[in-house]
Amino acid sequence: MRNKQKSWAKLWLLLPLLSLLIALSACGKNIAQEDVVQRVKKTNEITWGVKSDTRLFGLMNIKTGKIQGFDVDIAKAISKEIFGDQVKINFVPVTSNTRLPLLKNGNVEGLVSTMTITPERKKEIDFSDVYFNAGQAIIVKKGSKIKSVKDLTKGTKVIGIQGSNSVDNIKKAAPNTQVLQLSDAAQAFTALKSDQGDAMTTDNGILYGLVSDDPSYQVVGGTFTSEPYGIGINKGQKKFRTAINQALKTIEKDGTYQKIVDKWFKKISGFDGSVVK
Amino acid sequence: MISILTNNWSALLEGIKYTLESSLIALIGSLILGVIFAMLEISPNKTVHIIGRTYVEIFRNIPLLVVAMFFYIVMPRFIPGLDGFTAGTIGLTIYTSAFIAETVRAGIESVPVGQMEAARSNGMAYLQAMRFIILPQAIKIVVPPLGNQFVNLVKNSSVLAFLAGFDLMYQGNLIASTTFKTTDTYLAVGLLYLVMTMPLSYLMRYLEKRWAKNQQA
Repeated sequence: MRNKQKSWAKLWLLLPLLSLLIALSACGKNIAQEDVVQRVKKTNEITWGVKSDTRLFGLMNIKTGKIQGFDVDIAKAISKEIFGDQVKINFVPVTSNTRLPLLKNGNVEGLVSTMTITPERKKEIDFSDVYFNAGQAIIVKKGSKIKSVKDLTKGTKVIGIQGSNSVDNIKKAAPNTQVLQLSDAAQAFTALKSDQGDAMTTDNGILYGLVSDDPSYQVVGGTFTSEPYGIGINKGQKKFRTAINQALKTIEKDGTYQKIVDKWFKKISGFDGSVVK
Repeated sequence: MISILTNNWSALLEGIKYTLESSLIALIGSLILGVIFAMLEISPNKTVHIIGRTYVEIFRNIPLLVVAMFFYIVMPRFIPGLDGFTAGTIGLTIYTSAFIAETVRAGIESVPVGQMEAARSNGMAYLQAMRFIILPQAIKIVVPPLGNQFVNLVKNSSVLAFLAGFDLMYQGNLIASTTFKTTDTYLAVGLLYLVMTMPLSYLMRYLEKRWAKNQQA
């Protein structure tokens, strides 16, 4: 009898744990609500979330430990335009899966991470104007029977990336194919190389980066969606958004934007120049 | 959090199905492999002992994710058609079997040497003595730590998420990244894992108590 009472008493210990969970679940205000422009001007330091596994856009250079790519250069150019040349710019690697939580928690001030502007995401965060126009495509091993999205029929497997809208798009474009989702582009490409799928899909810019690294794979069938990339920032950051859009216009006018485009995409054969803004 | 559970119930249920399926296969597989390698480890034959020992030391000391990745990325070159679920479950089985082998070995070795000597001097063969004298005593000792391994196994099956293995963690990742409700989703997923592992913990505790009573009587 006494034993039974004891074990029930233990259950009460769960109560504080449970209330902690509920409190966490209804997370309150945090650093993400502060005005970014004011804070960066005070601290002279800004942090961007960028991809670290995506060739051409944001790729970690293992030798130097620095992330390099189109997105990184855009982020640098914009930061300098808004806050001056002296501002300290930090980069935090994000994945499609982690970027929104990191932004909303205030770990990063903004996201330049090959992120398409979609209505669903717009409910959660705000976007700048379009800074890059991509489109979704597929890559296959050279000699594959699959020539375009239409060949992805029943019995085929296509590899996508978690947390990216490319998965929804491929489900619409090829409803009978099985979609396997891996955590990032590098993982997905490795899985494709291990024959875990017949094709891999994501935005064409990223795919061209992959095939430039391994020419035994090729992009087939052209793009089947339009994917305008925007810079993601927290809701309620009107001042920051206006400043970013202004900076985008300025770097476009003074030729900085074109220089960055040329630096990363000029050498890529097969990459359709017209998709760039 | 409730809305995450209700809106995505079919996806979560699918995840639970794959998690349980993988855990069950790995549980049976690793128990068989574990007992076999435990027997090899305690074998008086030096070569056999070394084979058992090597297996256990290799797989006990490599992270599960590495073992699973190996089966997912490297092995399909030799075995075509090895998908994420299968690769993950094989990795999980082998990894867990190394720990089970250690647990069973410790259990067998904790039975006093005199038991074996007595059985042998009564005319039993080595395997007979094992089967009728040593193992029945060892099982009772081994059950509590074995229960730990089983609970760990269910939790470790979340490694499938990295191999597109459709398990609960994989579904959780997808739900989190499409609804953007990260905190709620992972809380819900954690809760569902708890629902799966708690009964297992209690079952093991119950068996432990029952066998302890048996021993006294």
